[in-house]
Amino acid sequence: MILRLGSIIRKEFIQILRDRRTLAIILVIPIMQLILLGYAATTDIKNVPLGVWDQSRSPQSRALLDAFRSANYFTIAYDVRSLDDVRDLIEGGRVRGVLIIPPDYALHLAQDDAQVSLILDGSDATAGSTALSAAQLIGQAYATSVSADQGALLGRSAALKPPVDVRTQVWYNPDLVSAYFMIPGVIGMILYAIASILTATTIVRERERGTIEQLIVTPIRSWELVVGKILPYVIVSFLDTFEVLIIGHWWFGIPIRGDLGLILITSGLLLLSSLGIGLLASTIANTQQEAYLTVWLTLLPSIFLSGFFFPLEAMPPVLQAVAYAIPLRYYLIIIRALLIKGVGLAAIQNEVSALTIFGVVIMGLAAVRFRKRLD
Amino acid sequence: MPDSNLLIDATDLARRFGPTQAVAGVSIHVRAGEIYGLVGSDGAGKTTTIRLLCGALQPDAGTVTICGWDVQKQTEEARSQLGYLSQRFSLYEDLTVLENIRFFAEVRGMRSGEWLPRCMAILEFVGLASFKDRRAGQLSGGMKQKLGLASALVTRPRVLLLDEPTTGVDPVTRQDFWQLLISLVSTPLLPEAAQPASPGGRAAEAAGSVAVLLSTPYMDEAARCGRVGFMRRGRIIAEGTPSELRGMLKDRILELSGAPIKLLRRLAQADQAVEDVRAFGDRLHLRIREGAAPGVMERLPSEIRGGGGRSDRLRSIPPQLEDVFIYLSEQSYE
Repeated sequence: MILRLGSIIRKEFIQILRDRRTLAIILVIPIMQLILLGYAATTDIKNVPLGVWDQSRSPQSRALLDAFRSANYFTIAYDVRSLDDVRDLIEGGRVRGVLIIPPDYALHLAQDDAQVSLILDGSDATAGSTALSAAQLIGQAYATSVSADQGALLGRSAALKPPVDVRTQVWYNPDLVSAYFMIPGVIGMILYAIASILTATTIVRERERGTIEQLIVTPIRSWELVVGKILPYVIVSFLDTFEVLIIGHWWFGIPIRGDLGLILITSGLLLLSSLGIGLLASTIANTQQEAYLTVWLTLLPSIFLSGFFFPLEAMPPVLQAVAYAIPLRYYLIIIRALLIKGVGLAAIQNEVSALTIFGVVIMGLAAVRFRKRLD
Repeated sequence: MPDSNLLIDATDLARRFGPTQAVAGVSIHVRAGEIYGLVGSDGAGKTTTIRLLCGALQPDAGTVTICGWDVQKQTEEARSQLGYLSQRFSLYEDLTVLENIRFFAEVRGMRSGEWLPRCMAILEFVGLASFKDRRAGQLSGGMKQKLGLASALVTRPRVLLLDEPTTGVDPVTRQDFWQLLISLVSTPLLPEAAQPASPGGRAAEAAGSVAVLLSTPYMDEAARCGRVGFMRRGRIIAEGTPSELRGMLKDRILELSGAPIKLLRRLAQADQAVEDVRAFGDRLHLRIREGAAPGVMERLPSEIRGGGGRSDRLRSIPPQLEDVFIYLSEQSYE
């Protein structure tokens, strides 16, 4: 039995190493996803062009501007003289925002209730809100409250809002680097997508190429075939996980604050679900193409509803409810908490239990459906 | 166990695919040392029968025992005695010849110490030793079939089930293949080392320990089998040694030559006693009703002369298996 299992695993590894397409999926896709999602899908802002209307022209106001400059978020591109300038610059897209420092800034700063106003181009909501929080953080450092008006292009007047002294404090990821959000997600994606696609296609391949006929008449039992074929991909998936963790840690500076053992165990729990999905797809599909499409059919909604790209909290309640049926959702919460916050098991026990239940149920269903037969 | 030499014992097998009754009550018994040939037109149920025998398909009814083991209940024991070669090449094209054989040797329970000499012996036996490091996908059709046979043989099964093993294989390789089969059933155990098989050894007479069941579309191959079962619409409608089967049409095949061939054919077909006319090269084979030979031989030549033609020869010939095959294929289904 062990011998049979061993020879299936060995055979599978030889095939993996000789199949360029599988190798590409295993080696290239994780790195590609890392680079794409670590760099391109970033919501971080840098060097946002900013206009400045410094009505104070005092050493204090210049110190504030220096702080804006040195933070790298903004580039002070224009000196503004009038409200018309503000409108022209923003409408022309030459600046994303204008900082207005009132004439009595220095005076108020001394009294500790200084305010400045930031007019932001709200047409790009993501960049706008990130710029706002950046400005607030910088302002706080100077005991200055920044009030913002994001409606510039909606035709509203650029009147100063009543000053609200919002004191924000960001934990775990003070620079709000979006890679912190994305890269743990990439680990989840890889465990979920690669494992299920490879499992489905490797089993269907035996059927498509007719090799299953020869396997059927050997004394191999169904479960030995399944385990023997899946195990290499479990190993490969974990290697991919390490690959992403290592590159994420050393290149993108993602912290690994949680317990590595816990990370591996919970990753294994997610694998249970994704291997089960792949196995289920293999019982439905007759060709590798069909298997691939079947898996993608379940993967796509999973990825969008798991909170991989978009925060779960921002979704309408119906979709939030649907998301409870997606194993990846729980894993993403777990892995982000483990890596970035470094929490212990107690903080994530609900998610871990949910993931376990999903894994066992999906795997069980797949095992019941899978038969080493031709009919 | 009533008869330890009865290696394949299938009774009343039936299997339906949707509305199609692919196999409808097939019983096959093959003894050690026997080569049994399953013939029949495409769709007659040969492949389904073989798949039922090896347990790749579940029968709706009937039982199969292989070497006394029930294929459905004692699956693992039965399969350890079974070598199966499917119609389609079913080994791994991305593995080498040796890797393929090793894989199937190991999953059939061969320990690591014994597989290598055993694999090499088998590869020598089928003549693939010098190709052992070639990927299976790069072998020719004939070599693929030999590799299939080799991996089916590597654990010395006592029962071999071969589904059209020589379809698409050139005549020389077919000849090799048959020599392998014959030496397999006529030797008590598989030869350890390479041994060119001696031709001509009739399988049924030799007391070998292996039973072979194969399906084939070629009548010359059927003629080499110890026993032949003729399948039609999921049933075996005739079974026997090749000579027994040929005996079914004893004195019922006439050979006619002459000119013009069109006239000969038309007149022969018009004769009440003639059931079937087929061209074999420049001659015609007439199948006639039982006992009608003297009458036909008397009146047909004069009719041909009367029609302005020439009949050179009309004589009774021993029937070929091909004649029997066509005769059986045309029988109305009752």
